[in-house]
Order: sequence, then C-alpha cells, then structure tokens
Amino acid sequence: MTNHWIDLRNSDCILVMGSNAAENHPISFKWVTKAMEKGATLINVDPRFTRTSSKANIYAPLRSGTDIAFLGGMIRFILDTKRYFPEYVVNYTNASYILSGKFKFEDGLFSGYDEKGRKYDKASWTFEMDERGLPKRDLTLQDPNCVFQQMKKFYSRYTLEKVSSITGTPVADLLRVYEAYGATGVPSKSGTIMYAMGWTQHTVGVQNIRAMSIIQLLLGNIGQAGGGVNALRGESNVQGSTDQGLLFHILPGYLPTPAASMDTLTVYKEKTTPKTKDPMSANWWGNRPKYITSLLKAFFGDAATKDNDFGYSWLPKIDDGKPYSWLDIFDEMYNGKIKGFFSWGQNPACSGANSNKTRAALAKLDWLVNVNLFDNETGSFWKGPGVDPKKCKTEVFFLPCVASVEKEGSLSNSGRWMQWRYKAADAPGQCLPDGDIMAKLFEKVRALYAKDGGAFPEPIKGLRTELTKGGHFDPHAVAKLINGYFEADVTIGDKTYKKGTPVPAFAMLQADGSTSSGNWLYTQSYTDKNLSARRGKKDPTGLGLYPEWSWCWPVNRRILYNRASVDPHGRPLDDKKNILEWKDGKWVGDIPDGPWPPMSDTKAGKLPFIMRADGLGAIFGPGLADGPFPEHYEPLECPVEKNIMSGQRINPTAPVFKGEADAFASCDPRFPFVGTTYRVTEHWQTGLMTRWQPWLLECEPQMFVEMSEELAKLKGIKNGEMCVVSSARGKVDCVAIVTKRFKPFTIQGQLVHQVGFPWHYGWVHPKHGGDSANLLTPSTGDPNTRIPESKAFMVNVAKKGGK
Amino acid sequence: MPGKYFVVDTTKCTACRGCQVACKQWNKLPAEETKNWGSHQNPQDLTYNTYRLVRFNEYPAAVNSMVWYFFTDACRHCLYPPCKDEADRYVKDAIVIDDATGAIIYTDKTKGFGDKFDNVRRACPYDIPRRDAKTGVVSKCHMCLDRVSEGLLPACAKSCPTGALVFGDEEPMKKLAEARLAEAKKKFGDKAEIIDSDDVRVLYLVVDDKKKYAQSA
Repeated sequence: MTNHWIDLRNSDCILVMGSNAAENHPISFKWVTKAMEKGATLINVDPRFTRTSSKANIYAPLRSGTDIAFLGGMIRFILDTKRYFPEYVVNYTNASYILSGKFKFEDGLFSGYDEKGRKYDKASWTFEMDERGLPKRDLTLQDPNCVFQQMKKFYSRYTLEKVSSITGTPVADLLRVYEAYGATGVPSKSGTIMYAMGWTQHTVGVQNIRAMSIIQLLLGNIGQAGGGVNALRGESNVQGSTDQGLLFHILPGYLPTPAASMDTLTVYKEKTTPKTKDPMSANWWGNRPKYITSLLKAFFGDAATKDNDFGYSWLPKIDDGKPYSWLDIFDEMYNGKIKGFFSWGQNPACSGANSNKTRAALAKLDWLVNVNLFDNETGSFWKGPGVDPKKCKTEVFFLPCVASVEKEGSLSNSGRWMQWRYKAADAPGQCLPDGDIMAKLFEKVRALYAKDGGAFPEPIKGLRTELTKGGHFDPHAVAKLINGYFEADVTIGDKTYKKGTPVPAFAMLQADGSTSSGNWLYTQSYTDKNLSARRGKKDPTGLGLYPEWSWCWPVNRRILYNRASVDPHGRPLDDKKNILEWKDGKWVGDIPDGPWPPMSDTKAGKLPFIMRADGLGAIFGPGLADGPFPEHYEPLECPVEKNIMSGQRINPTAPVFKGEADAFASCDPRFPFVGTTYRVTEHWQTGLMTRWQPWLLECEPQMFVEMSEELAKLKGIKNGEMCVVSSARGKVDCVAIVTKRFKPFTIQGQLVHQVGFPWHYGWVHPKHGGDSANLLTPSTGDPNTRIPESKAFMVNVAKKGGK
Repeated sequence: MPGKYFVVDTTKCTACRGCQVACKQWNKLPAEETKNWGSHQNPQDLTYNTYRLVRFNEYPAAVNSMVWYFFTDACRHCLYPPCKDEADRYVKDAIVIDDATGAIIYTDKTKGFGDKFDNVRRACPYDIPRRDAKTGVVSKCHMCLDRVSEGLLPACAKSCPTGALVFGDEEPMKKLAEARLAEAKKKFGDKAEIIDSDDVRVLYLVVDDKKKYAQSA
C-alpha cells in the first residue's frame, strides 16, 4: 500500500476491483464503512456479486481477465471529459515528456518485439533528450509526441462499445463507474483502489496495476490521504517477507539480485544504480551503493572487507535473464533437475497453479522437507489420490514448527507497519520456531564444513554467527541487525557515532563498509528502542496517521509520495486532508518524502516521486517487460477467437511452458466456460490452518462451484448437486451453488458463462471436503512477476455421473 | 425499559460471520457436521449448539441488479417474552429474566418441558429456541451474561468489524438505532424500519420487507 488501512476512511470514492475486501480482508471494511458513513461512494467491479458488492453503491460485473479494457475505457473517459487534474498531471507526472520518434505501437505490438524470444528490445521506449541530457518537455501537453497526447491516442481505441464487448459490462454500468470515479479528479476529492490477487494473477497482472496507477496519476490521487494505490496483501506478513527479499529477483530492501554478468560489486553498483542529470530529482535509488554494501556487512560482518568486495562474490548470482520463479522452479523440478526441496510454511500441492504438475514434480525429488504446523497435501503427496506410494522414491521429512502466536517477532502489514508481537503460548511437543530450525540447520552445515571441508566455504565461514548461538534464533538481535549498526566510528556532520551503536536512519548508511543494515528500509525501526513495539495513540493530524503506533517504513512515513499532496508551494491540495504542509521553512504533518523544500524553491526543491530517477509519476512506464502503456490482451485461455483490440490475442511476452503437463485449451468446445478462483472469509490460503478448525469448517465445509441460474439450467444442474469441474489439466468435484450472483456475459455478441470456485480445500482433511481448485489452473503467468494466471482460464462443468 | 440492548444494522453487515463463530468459541459450542447445501449459510438453521446464525438471502433488484441480505439471527430478548409466559405454565423458573440486563435466560430446568417444548418454541415469534435431542435441555443466546456481568461486550458484538452489531445501555442504543434508521431511510427509502422496536432488546434495522431477511424475522 502507498497508504494504510486506517486511511481508507479518508477516501471519497473507494474502488474495490481485483479484490473482494469484505470477504478476504474483513477488517478493512471497518474503514470502508467509516468512509461511507461520511458519504464516500463504494464501487465494486467483479465477475461475481460478492459480499463486497452487497455493500456497494455501484456494482459492475466484468468477465475475468478483462480489467485493462475496463480501465483503458476509464482512462479514455477521464481524458475525453477532462476529469483529470491538470496541475498535478503537468507538475508531478511524465505526461509532458516528448517520446522519441522511434517509439511505435502497431496492432497490439510495441516497437522492438522479438517474436522468437517473446520479449521486447526496449531501446525505442525512450524520450527525446535536450542538450543537458534531460527529457524534452511540453508543459502545454499539446505536442503530438508528448506522453499525454500519445496516451490519448492509445486509449482513444478503448471506446465504450469495444470495452463492453470485451468485458461484458453493460455500457450503462461502465459509465456509472467512470463518472463516479472520475469525480475524484478535483483537489477536494480523493479516490482509492483496493486490489489483490484478482489483479495480479493474470498474464497482464502488473499492467492491470499500471493501468490503475495511470488513472490515479491523472486524477491526482497518489500521495493524498484517502488515495493511493493499495495492494491488500493476502497474508499478515506478505509485505514483510517481500521487503526481506522473499522473491528471486530481489535482495532485502528491493535491491536487485546480482546476475552472473555483474561479477564485481563495482559492476553491480554501476548497472543497478539509476542516474539523473536533473537537479530537481532526488533519485533516491542513487543511494543503492550504500544499501548493498551495508547489506553485505550485515550478512558477513567482519569477514566483509573492502579488499574482498565485502563478500559480494559470495552471493549467489542468477543467470542473466533467467527467471527463478515459482512456475520455473516447479517446471525444473518436474523435469528432474531439482533434487531436494524445503517446503517451508507453504503447501504447493494445493497452492500452486496446475497442481497436478506440482504433485508430479514432487515425486521427482530425492528428498523433501516439509516444515509446517500440520501434515498437508505436500508432505503426504506420495499417498495422495492416484499415487502409488511404492513407486514414489522421494524421502519426505516433516518438521513441525510453531505457530505465529507461539513465538516473538515482528510482522509488516499491508500498510508497511512493522508491528512487534509477543509470544502468547508455548508450542506443543517438539515444535520449533522456523528461525531455530534454520539456525540448527546452518550450524550443522557449518560444523560439517569445519570437519570435512567442502565446496565454496567462504560464505559459510563468513556468515555472522552471533545471531543464532546454540541453535536459537534471537528475534531482537535480528531486528537490530536489520536496522543496522555503525561498524566503525563514523563522523557525520558534527556528530561521531561509535562503532556498535545503531544507525539512526538510512540517510546515514555508508558505502565504505562502515555501516551494516539487513534492510535499509527498516533503518530507524530498532535503535535504542524497538519502535515497532510502540502503542501510542496520538493523532496530531486527525487523519489517522497515528505516528506513535508501531513503526512504518520508510522512516515512519505513513503515506508514500506525500509531497504530491501539496502544490508546488507546499500548500495542501485539500485543506480538509492536510497530511503535510510547508510552514515557516519546514514540513509539518506526516514525515515528508525527503527533507527538501517544495518545488517552487528552484534551487533546493525536489520533485515528489523520489524513487523514480526522473522524480515524476510514470504515465509512460518503459520499465516493464510487456510495454510502456497497458494494453488489453486476452488471458492465455479465453473464450474468444479474436482479441478485438489487435491481432495479438494473448500477451506477446507471457511465459508459455511446453511440457506434457502444460496443456492449454483456448476456444475449445470441451472447455466452454470462463473459470476463476477465489477465497472465502472462513478459510485461508490452502485451508491448512482453517480446515482443521471445526467452527470454520462448519461454515464452509466443502469445495463448491458457483454458477448462474442460466448455466445451471443449460447443464441440468440443481442447486446443491455434486458436479465435476474440469480443465485441460485436471478435474475437481464440487458442490453446485446456483446463484443470481453470477450472470452470463455478452462478449462480442455471444453469451459467455463464467463459474468460480475457492482454492481452500485439499484431500488430506476433511474427508468430504474435496480437493484444490489449482488442479485446474494453468502454468502461465505475468511476464514481469511470473505470478500464475489463476484468475482467468477455461473449464467445463457437468453433473457428477452425468454427461 | 432499562437494561441492555443490541443494535443490528443489516446495512453495515458484511456477513463475515465473526459473530457466529465468536458465539461458538465463547460458549464452547461444538461444530455441527455440515455439508454445503448450495448456500453459504451454514449450519442451515439454528440448533441446540448454534445460538447465532447469519442468514444469507439473495433477490433481484433494480439497483445493481440484485441484493444480498445478511441477517445475524438470534434471540431478541423480548421485553415481555412470550416463551417465558408459555414455559411458566409447565416449569417454574425454566426461563428467567436477568434483572440488570433484561437478558432472557434458559436454565437446565428447560429439560422439564417434555412434549410441551413445541408449545414454547411456537410461542416465540422469531422461532429461536432449540432443544437437545438427548438431554431435552433447550438453548439459545443468553446475551453473554457471563461476559456482560464482568463489564465485557458479548462475544458477537466484540467480534463485529463494521459496527453492524453493537451492544450497550438502553438510551445510547435507542439513539443509535434512531440515527441509523434516519440515515438508512435517506439512502434506501421508506421501507427502512427497526423491527418490533417497542418489544425487543435487539433492534434490527432492515431496509426491505423483513421476511426477505429471515422467514421468522
């Protein structure tokens, strides 16, 4: 989230799209309800009428996988009806930049497409530069080659009729949504978006969010209280784990994972540190050398020295351009290339797209370690449906770990709040905290290296040891190291910080090895005090920032890009939502996005989007794999022969796996209905923690498929009857819920039915609960993140035992 | 009448079922072995072990094409409980009224109803009481009297994230109900009403025909 949960109450218009917040983030509705009590409009766009829709002022249905068409139509509407916020667009976005003449877009393809490699050469996605090396601008936004005009041309194709024909949303509903949301383009109104996996789990996942970001920039909603772009994270600490480098392409603090071509720290810094010649741009990522060096010092302590590049060469490198995502890992495993696997706090046999492939992949392993609270479909895959244990060679170990409430530590919520929590109960039996399991494992590995030697010993020997003494993980020691220390006496300004004292803020981190920090974003969180344990209830702005409650990255800033909430003179755009103001030579309110004066100070002022090299919000975004403007492409599996926007039916850069387990069926009469997966309030993820909870199972006992009354009639299915849902990859038994909440769509003049089902169940427990919806989902995904496309694919549904 | 009241604002309920589960948790009530019967409403009805049930009902509508109504159904704690009138004819003190709160409490003596239980159940305008087939004891919501007498909120009200289910003293609750009703009339029209507001301690705000929320509403 750029903003935070409580801030939802400040919004004038809340768009819930790509999420089902009332059901899957129920507490968020505390704040949504408060906003509505003050007169906010709630809009919900979803293929199915949900518990969220039931509370919405405006509900609009759309076919799964067509969000860009819907949002592209909104961009067109905002531009045509001049609902955008002109000063914001001119001053705070790259709308005025002049594009290079080489940039082209023709028939669904941007310039530079390499058909064989399914990727783009982005060399032409650039701006014209002036003599100072800065992009040329036309502040009147009239130049036909400026981003604004190019955007206008691009989205002029998204007419109401075309959008409706793609999405199945009636034109009247499109207009209701566009009018209501477009009304937030004035300074006195802010609009917000609550999205989740309904946007990310697509072959165009990142571009869904890009499209909304463009809308938010056009309407001047980023940086404002009650605005922003807000991802509702699906697990209480997803934000924290992402911050700490859970994903393959980033190290802690969103530092890029080194690639093989970056063979020295110097090369890494050169290749990954953005540069700008604009004195008005803070270009915060220009500090990357300080952050990577401090991270290496945190990893390797005294073993990291200037002479050995601070241990940079000990970090694993990824092959240039090679993805190591979930889909890729299981593809490699399926192909027998991975021998051992730690399945830690997860249940891939149910959670991963194309679960039959995942389950088959597990059988190719020599060994599998399942670290979890309970037995699950992953640890027991060898005795699952259709598996002969005698033919399964994989040796499986189960390590029971403790639950979150049985250990101390912090978690970081969607609003970036790091919140300390305490141990509430002892764990049963021999269960251990994950940290202890890792510590014991590492100590054993290190002891074996000491005794027997082994390949590449330096990182094993060099890793800090004081955090895991005696096989125990100390959450306080780790949190302090994540904050970081001075590793030598350092003088900054007129103050000397002694070696061993905590670094007070990331502006003091150094690139010379004199500081350590396990994650620069968390510097300040745990210095002489553990700020994440704070529970102060002061609210000086009255807008719910609560600066003394827990601690928020970065530097306790509660609303990101808040320098865009003021005009170039530092005056709030909306007096009623004054989160930040330049007063008497200083900023008052939230922690500003940097200390510099506002933009009107032409010498010291800075542009508001400090994490971007040019300091501006990116309407034209050349950084992504699939294009600088979001374009509608059909899901890999879709119900239409033709994408009416272009000759490219699917995202030309979407990953396509070609093994025998990777079957796909588009416009195939065997699988005529659109399918999607979702969650219910009563279960969580693969149900590992909730399926064992009788009160929750009582509410939602079994795998179900929801379908319209029209489809049920067509297929002769009665409410409550057992059905079989099938795709090109698998089939699942489901109880039919026949409901008015799904209705057929009219797509390109044809009636298209959609069904949906939850992914909470698995064969281990309960006995009649059913199995995972991911047996049906395809192994393809977004070309940027490689998140699987589990939200739009094609299925059939039939009465069980029928035809 | 003094004592405690609930306000149940169905316009703010998201059917998260926190109330239904919190009730089971606090009262240590075992889960029913349910099946999906083509609805998210589960268990299908109130039972001896289910004092509170969120009912789900969907209907076509002009705005947004449909409505989906949620109704957290439980004892209304009537000011003059007809179930008690009926019960008193068979077993004295099987049903008692708590003086401080006005909560209607079913005691173990309810097992003495025998074949008269059906009369007691029929006496309830809202079809709330349920009997244990084995012991004959009758149960329902007891306003979490054990919590309330210690100054705590009932488990259901404690769990509600949106302010749809609120608990408190007579005056503030009646004021809240009035205010919510006025808002609801503005937003949803004149069908909005507080069901049987003069007779019960649970003030349900609905914005449509009450029978659309629950057969026995």
